[in-house]
Amino acid sequence: MIIDTSGPPVLPAKQVADFKPSLLLGEHSLCPGCGEPVALRILLEVLQELDIVQRTIGVVGHGCYGSFVRIMDVDVLQCLHGRAPACATGIKRVRPGVAVFTLQGDGDMANEGLQEVLHAAARGENITCVMLNNGVFGDTGGQQTATTVLGQRTKTSIDGRDPELHGYPIPVADLVASLRGSAYVARGAVSTAAGVLQAKRMLRKAFQTQLDGAGFSLVEILTMCPTGWFVPTAEGPTYQQGTMEQTYGIGELVTR
Amino acid sequence: MSLELLDGGAAMAEAAIAAGCRFFTGYPMSPFTGLLEEMSRRLPAAGGVCLNAESEIEGVNMTLGAAAAGARAATGSCGQGIALMQEAIAEAALNETPFVVFNLARNQQDYFQATRGGGWGDYRTITLAPKDVPEAVEHTQLLFHLADKHRAPVMLYGDPLLAQTRVGVDVQPRDFGPLPAKDWVLDGTGGGTGRSRQIWTWAMGKANDPGPGPDGHWRAIADKFDRIAAEEQRHEESMVDDAETVVVAFGTAAKFVEHVVAGLRAEGHRIGWFRPVTLWPFPGAALRRATTGARNVLVFELNAGQMLDDVRIHAADRDAVRFVGGVSIAESGLSYGPLLDAPAIRERILGGAT
Ligand SMILES: Cc1ncc(C[n+]2csc(CCOP(=O)(O)OP(=O)(O)O)c2C)c(N)n1
Ligand code: SF4
Ligand SMILES: [Mg+2]
Repeated sequence: MIIDTSGPPVLPAKQVADFKPSLLLGEHSLCPGCGEPVALRILLEVLQELDIVQRTIGVVGHGCYGSFVRIMDVDVLQCLHGRAPACATGIKRVRPGVAVFTLQGDGDMANEGLQEVLHAAARGENITCVMLNNGVFGDTGGQQTATTVLGQRTKTSIDGRDPELHGYPIPVADLVASLRGSAYVARGAVSTAAGVLQAKRMLRKAFQTQLDGAGFSLVEILTMCPTGWFVPTAEGPTYQQGTMEQTYGIGELVTR
Repeated sequence: MSLELLDGGAAMAEAAIAAGCRFFTGYPMSPFTGLLEEMSRRLPAAGGVCLNAESEIEGVNMTLGAAAAGARAATGSCGQGIALMQEAIAEAALNETPFVVFNLARNQQDYFQATRGGGWGDYRTITLAPKDVPEAVEHTQLLFHLADKHRAPVMLYGDPLLAQTRVGVDVQPRDFGPLPAKDWVLDGTGGGTGRSRQIWTWAMGKANDPGPGPDGHWRAIADKFDRIAAEEQRHEESMVDDAETVVVAFGTAAKFVEHVVAGLRAEGHRIGWFRPVTLWPFPGAALRRATTGARNVLVFELNAGQMLDDVRIHAADRDAVRFVGGVSIAESGLSYGPLLDAPAIRERILGGAT
């Protein structure tokens, strides 16, 4: 069943909530209130809606989302930490007819693999990179990453990120947007229903950019990590709106 | 047969293309650079892709990706560049992605790096060490076959003489026999079928089709490398049957040693030589046979004594093993020093034999 999510639901809310993309093979094992499964859901929905399910290869990095390789009914390579854009490049160059995407976090993309994504963008590599930015290393228990916002408490910046000591957060989408090879770059957030729909439209445009052969595309999605932020589960969305969304801003940065 | 005058880099490029290599990456570093340049010139005409990667780390991971998608793929570098690649070489060994690594080193000081690896986990790297350009042409093609046969990254360990010497070679596609079907590659068609594919060092599988997980998978990998160790040992030897002295050497140095030992034999010395062709798996059983009865097992290599460890492990009499090689580096740092020379090697051998 494909549900049109471009407008308000015609079906009662409960039925919509029970809906799962058929590309999901099982339950996720992430924390309650985590934003990453929401991002996975819209990513899988986009693959289905664009009808590219049987010509898609995903490359997944290391973070909490890494466990998604077990529940995505998509051909996947689980690669080394940070290296997904390089692996995706090799795949795309030998299978240009396949849609190739990466699924990475802020630790994976902005820390360990910043040069991979920048070089792939500069090359205009015809792939789609999806970055789930929660501003912490969630998987390893909530330490500071290159995108941790100022003032954010983490286990390695327990009094809050202090620019004197830890420097400033890296706006990955903005960096990528500055490179000529980038054809579509956007930053979304899944902290509200409207944000989820907007992020999904961004993903669809990113994949469409790739299908059109127009060049590199990236969608940075701000995702809640109540566990890593030390905030109560239910407060994750509002906390994100008051912190990360203020620092980074939501919207499209490059459309060609 | 028609011979073409090619330097080692061009010859290996031709051989790789003849073997079906269609994806290549590299980051310039002497003496590997020539092969990269030749591939970037020759591969597009063969319908392939050659990328001057922005770093060795990206290069090897691009190659891993291309191999995961089913292409015959390769990369290469030397020394520090190979060090940067080792995380991914280990990853590929453990997630069973086959490709060829051309380790065109500056000397023989990277024997441990090649044979012991510096990646992670229980992995091994099949490593061939050709003694000259014609053999490198054969080994290049054999390596693509071995990579696919065993679903593992494999390595050619060469040096500046191999990379840069001009030799008349005949590059013809070689047939090494049938290979298992590549039914594991990611082609993108698995999505939504319930049978989508996964390449993952942890081999956890999918929720509807669980894999063996790290314990089961890594045991299976260890068993595989045990099988490879038993099956793939290669060596050459000469005049060892009655030898009091056996000289062990690999790669380019072995070619010099062969020449020196043949001269000494002609003068009446009871001497022979042994050359591991595969550095891993090391041809241990053959070395044991070849050194049985020998009073002197002399190891000549251009480093501080690395293969020496393997010779000590496998020689018939450990106490007969003596090191007669040494570090010898050209002033530029980019090639060998004066020890790679027949008279110097002859002196070392005569000095080492009792
Ligand atoms: C080379 C390497 N270094 C460190 C790790 C450990 N590690 C695994 S997941 C992870 C954090 C990833 O953070 P991020 O990409 O932001 O994902 P999140 O868990 O926050 O979703 C780290 C550091 C690793 N797997 N590999
Ligand atoms: S630690 Fe954070 S990112 Fe990881 S599952 Fe929990 S909430 Fe999600
Ligand atoms: Mg994170």
